Amino acid sequence: MTVLGILIAVTFIISMNTGFIRLLPMDVMRTLFGMGTEDQSLILFEFRLPRIIISVLAGAGLAVSGCIIQGITRSPLADPGILGINAGAGLMVVLFISFYPTREVVPVFMLPVLALIGAGLASMLIYTLAYQKHRGLSPTRLLLTGVAVASGISAAMIVLTLKFDPNQYQFVATWLAGTIWGSNWKFVLALLPWIIVLFGYVFYKARVLNILNLGEQTPTGLGLSVEKDRRLLLLSAVALAGSSVAVSGGIGFIGLIGPHLAVRLVGPRNQALLPASALVGALLLIISDTLGRSILQPSELPAGIIVAVIGAPYFLYLLARAK
Amino acid sequence: MTTLKKRAELPQENNRAKPAAFPVILIGGLLLLIAGMAVSIAYGATTIDLNTVWDAVIHYNPELPQHQVIWDLRLPRVVGSVLVGAAFAVAGALMQGMTRNPLADSGILGLNAGAAFVLAFCYSYFPGLAFSYLMMYSFLGAGIAAGIVYGIGSISRSGLTPLRLVLAGSAVSALLVALSQGLAIYFQIGQDLAYWYAGGLSGIEWAELRIMFPWVAVAFIAAMTLSRSITVLSLGDDVAAGLGQRTWLIRLAGIGVVLVLAGASVSIVGSVGFVGLIVPHAARYLVGMDYRRIIPCSAVLGSLLMLAADLGSRRINPPLETPVGALLALIGIPFFLYLARRKGVDN
Repeated sequence: MTVLGILIAVTFIISMNTGFIRLLPMDVMRTLFGMGTEDQSLILFEFRLPRIIISVLAGAGLAVSGCIIQGITRSPLADPGILGINAGAGLMVVLFISFYPTREVVPVFMLPVLALIGAGLASMLIYTLAYQKHRGLSPTRLLLTGVAVASGISAAMIVLTLKFDPNQYQFVATWLAGTIWGSNWKFVLALLPWIIVLFGYVFYKARVLNILNLGEQTPTGLGLSVEKDRRLLLLSAVALAGSSVAVSGGIGFIGLIGPHLAVRLVGPRNQALLPASALVGALLLIISDTLGRSILQPSELPAGIIVAVIGAPYFLYLLARAK
Repeated sequence: MTTLKKRAELPQENNRAKPAAFPVILIGGLLLLIAGMAVSIAYGATTIDLNTVWDAVIHYNPELPQHQVIWDLRLPRVVGSVLVGAAFAVAGALMQGMTRNPLADSGILGLNAGAAFVLAFCYSYFPGLAFSYLMMYSFLGAGIAAGIVYGIGSISRSGLTPLRLVLAGSAVSALLVALSQGLAIYFQIGQDLAYWYAGGLSGIEWAELRIMFPWVAVAFIAAMTLSRSITVLSLGDDVAAGLGQRTWLIRLAGIGVVLVLAGASVSIVGSVGFVGLIVPHAARYLVGMDYRRIIPCSAVLGSLLMLAADLGSRRINPPLETPVGALLALIGIPFFLYLARRKGVDN
């Protein structure tokens, strides 16, 4: 944990240095204490710092969400994307842009709210389709339903985006690929309360999640109302991932990999696993975003693409090893 | 013995052979196909009456604008959709037979995304590459994706369950789509690529069909030659081996045929999914478990489905075209959900 914390701090500092305009570490320090030039403090405080903080928060949110979902479905291959969160959020963003009358810049502050609503609707749809009256929620069916619904939603998105003009299209494409576009303090303020409240609730329920991991029979035997706790936890997972995706665009795979790496580090007890997942997720997203900004300068690659390029092979590796 | 029994039960749509159904579907389907092609040529942005269509096919007169529209735009489009529909459907039938997996389909298993990624790469770095090369690269891309997905299956001890195959397919798709997106964003070719990716039948040219046709024809013949062995394979590896079949050889040949069919189709119309998923199920339901019948029926039914989808895509929201891929996804997904809900997949 301490190591993770240190790693995050180091990446944080490196990330502040890199970007379109390089700032030397000394300059960063000086600027942080209010002694930099005007340009330097503008870059650091108005662009870079909020963006880094957003990626820390969103990465942590996504990873914890994945941790909950993997625990509840007892499937090591589940992640928030499987519950249609990225697809639902993306569809709402695309819908909004296609019905928004002017071709001016989109009123960005509406987007997170809409994305959150879309994520919620899509997960409800998948949950309803996957739920069967007598057999409850089978992980397999949840995964397959998620895959199907997500591909349906992306088909709908393609239809809508074809009518876009190139600017709108570029914006949506970049959003969907997962760019930390909320590089603004207002987005930090918008995301922070969600993360704090939900992390509080989820960490408080860590023990319940441990028991839910054991399977259907044991928790009922221990007198827990399984279904209610499961729904509440699932709901918080959706809210965490939804709000993260809302400000960071469609980033997949962090919710999948984060918890797995965290299990390696601290073991399966959720009291330790949830915070560790949060740290790993934050670290992954800062690294991806920093890489995305620096690989192909002067243009940027969305962090989501980097995460997918790292994450998909890891997923396949898990798939090959899983029994 | 127990595993053998369980496996044999998996594709149990309809085990009774229906000898009468096969010629009826084949002949009736072909007639319907010809009628459908005529209708599809006649109904476009401007409607042309069927006599003129017939006239243009028999005595082509390059002076007449209507004849030109028919020859240069509508006919290649219709022939293309028939070929592509048949190719996707046969590829799906082969994959479902070989893997005994009811959810197998070139789109779901990432083959389409593989071909599409390689094509995105070509568009970005070698714009204006000749179509014959594009098609070869598209085979290559489908092959890479198939290699990864099947590689995962063969590494893991418990083999390729339907669930695992679908998950591997969707992860490979996600990776390749992310890479394509990266290219598209970097080179700002996103929207062109998206249109093609969504399955555009509008730009098909005779030149492309001429290159594609021999490949697809050879692949069909190969599929028919393999069909008997595929039927045996679909009963399970143990049975096939017991009957003295070299399963790996048939599988290898089968995968080769699938790559050619899916790759050629994707290079012409983009990533159109779900035809390969739905059609073989319908064919199995109609003619039983014998792949000597399933494969030709799938070809005919696939062509019909594609033709109908193409007609639909032009008529839903004229004058704009709804991408065929999206239309087919909307038909295909409920079907996928239905299959996924059934017991066979739960494993």
